[in-house]
Amino acid sequence: MKQAWSIARTHLLAKPKQTLVAMLGVTFGIGMFIALVSLMSGLNQFTEEVSMTSSPDIRLYMDPTIQPPPLVASEYPQALVQVDHVRPATKRINLKDGLQTIAQLMAREGVKGVAPLVSSQVFFNYGAMQLNGVVMGIDVEQEERLFNLSSHLLAGNLSSLKATPNGILMGSGLARKLNLKPGDRVSVTTPDGARFSLKVVGIFQLGLGTLDNVRSYANLSAVQKLLQVDPSYITDINVKLHNNQDAKDLAKSWSKEFSCSADDWETANATFLTGNIIRNVITYAVSLTLLLVAGFGIYNILNMTIHNKMKDIAILKAIGYTPIDVRNIFMLQSIAIGLLGSLLGLVLGFILSWLISLAPFDGGDVVSLDHFPVNFSIKYYGIGMVFGVVTTAVAGLTPSRKAGNVDPIEIIRGQ
Amino acid sequence: MSNIVLQATSITKWYQDPVPFKALDGVNLEIKKGEFAALVGKSGCGKSTLLYVLSTLDTRYEGELQIAGTSLRNANQNDLALFRNEHIGFVFQFHFLLPEFTVLQNVMIPALKRGIWSTDEVEDRAQSLLKHLGVQDQSLKLASSLSGGQQQRVAIARALINKPLIVMGDEPTGNLDSYNTEVVFEMLRNISTEMGQSIIAVTHDPEFAKRCDRVIEMVDGKIV
Repeated sequence: MKQAWSIARTHLLAKPKQTLVAMLGVTFGIGMFIALVSLMSGLNQFTEEVSMTSSPDIRLYMDPTIQPPPLVASEYPQALVQVDHVRPATKRINLKDGLQTIAQLMAREGVKGVAPLVSSQVFFNYGAMQLNGVVMGIDVEQEERLFNLSSHLLAGNLSSLKATPNGILMGSGLARKLNLKPGDRVSVTTPDGARFSLKVVGIFQLGLGTLDNVRSYANLSAVQKLLQVDPSYITDINVKLHNNQDAKDLAKSWSKEFSCSADDWETANATFLTGNIIRNVITYAVSLTLLLVAGFGIYNILNMTIHNKMKDIAILKAIGYTPIDVRNIFMLQSIAIGLLGSLLGLVLGFILSWLISLAPFDGGDVVSLDHFPVNFSIKYYGIGMVFGVVTTAVAGLTPSRKAGNVDPIEIIRGQ
Repeated sequence: MSNIVLQATSITKWYQDPVPFKALDGVNLEIKKGEFAALVGKSGCGKSTLLYVLSTLDTRYEGELQIAGTSLRNANQNDLALFRNEHIGFVFQFHFLLPEFTVLQNVMIPALKRGIWSTDEVEDRAQSLLKHLGVQDQSLKLASSLSGGQQQRVAIARALINKPLIVMGDEPTGNLDSYNTEVVFEMLRNISTEMGQSIIAVTHDPEFAKRCDRVIEMVDGKIV
């Protein structure tokens, strides 16, 4: 093997330009793979984080659009009942026995935290400006535990919300449009016409325009007062689990158990997660294509080398190199090209991803981004290395075997 | 141990392409230790074909071949390669040195492949062979930069590095001027008389053949 390597090395060094071109093919393929995968997984991670922080693993709520079956149907279960154009009945949108449900869920195994929520559509008035949005009454401590709210605060702090009974945290988009600053008072009008004045104690940014432009947080009791309901009135229960993969199954069983609707995080963020899958598919498809091209390059160059080296192969075989020895000489060349090319590719990939991470990118109102999110995970560099070496080894296999099976007599006598 | 290094019994070989053609027809041949034999004959009489059968490079033949008491008829390619490495040295008409390697490396390669001596030992031996053949001053040059005569001497040094039983030459002087022909012949002569290694050389040169121990003449695939 040592002998084979010394011959392989001499061959590679004898044609430095050709070796370099073959290597650069791999380098480019691996470099692009790493740059692509780093950016894509960075984006995935970003969207996942954003959707994770803004949505619970499971959300329990009453869906007012689900109408109970007509009374007639319960009287005659066997009959076909058809009632056209039913007018929605007045229906409460709060959870039945919300507080008991919370207490029960808290005791369940696998549940990391439970937070109550009272949310309502409201109008915000500041000066002449009137905007609609959502106010969410939260249990500050639980909300912080589940969603790490304080890390999203741009101004103010959570303790001041707790200390101010009529305090409110505004979404960054909402605050910007209303031109609100901490300390200002904003007037809030409920759908029923009740009007309250709340004090802005902070501004938060969750990272998604759809949330930051409409959402605000206030104390649970303040919103209950706003809606003129009793302290047991709760519209949503947000649950975080220790293992969020269980969410789908638990959501189904809880929905039945507590007779309410239950959404798991996968359902709630379906659009984001579809995006993730598509991004992954694109990344690997493009990278594999690039590597395939590099592999064909190596295949060609090796075939050419072997063609030029027929005389050498014949002589090596005559002086006692076995077909396997000869094959190894060329396999080693291709693996050496693969290893060096991949290593250079890792460097190129790192430089590319670093440059991408510096490039300014305005997420606009949709997401709060100023630069491309790039994931510098070592994992992708490992995958890139393995890809590069495997591709070149596979590309080198056929030509190398051909070289091993060259019949020396034909070459020697053909001279 | 018997004095016979190589024994070929009724070697027959057919070429199938373009038309079936009997290149060797029941050849029987024995080569003794230290014998310097010349294979002569007209073009197409099968002398090169016989040489490559005897050298184990060509395995598509019928008959029996023994070298150093080992039957090689049914050996596989790997065994044959190792056998060649150990027992057979080659000198070809067109030198066939590896052009990217230095002269010294070219000579050392078969011995390093064999792997029973240390690199230093092999280098010493290679240097002394090159000295003996008068090309030691070229040892660090690339093989491709040498003249034809020098290359052929390096090829002989390479053929001898593993102390083979037999050296096979396919027109070893066929491409050389008269001065270098003389030099190369003398070297081969020395090898057989002083070191006791057998030599089989295919040649067209009657002068060359005349000075060998034995002349094997072939006509139409048979020895006469």
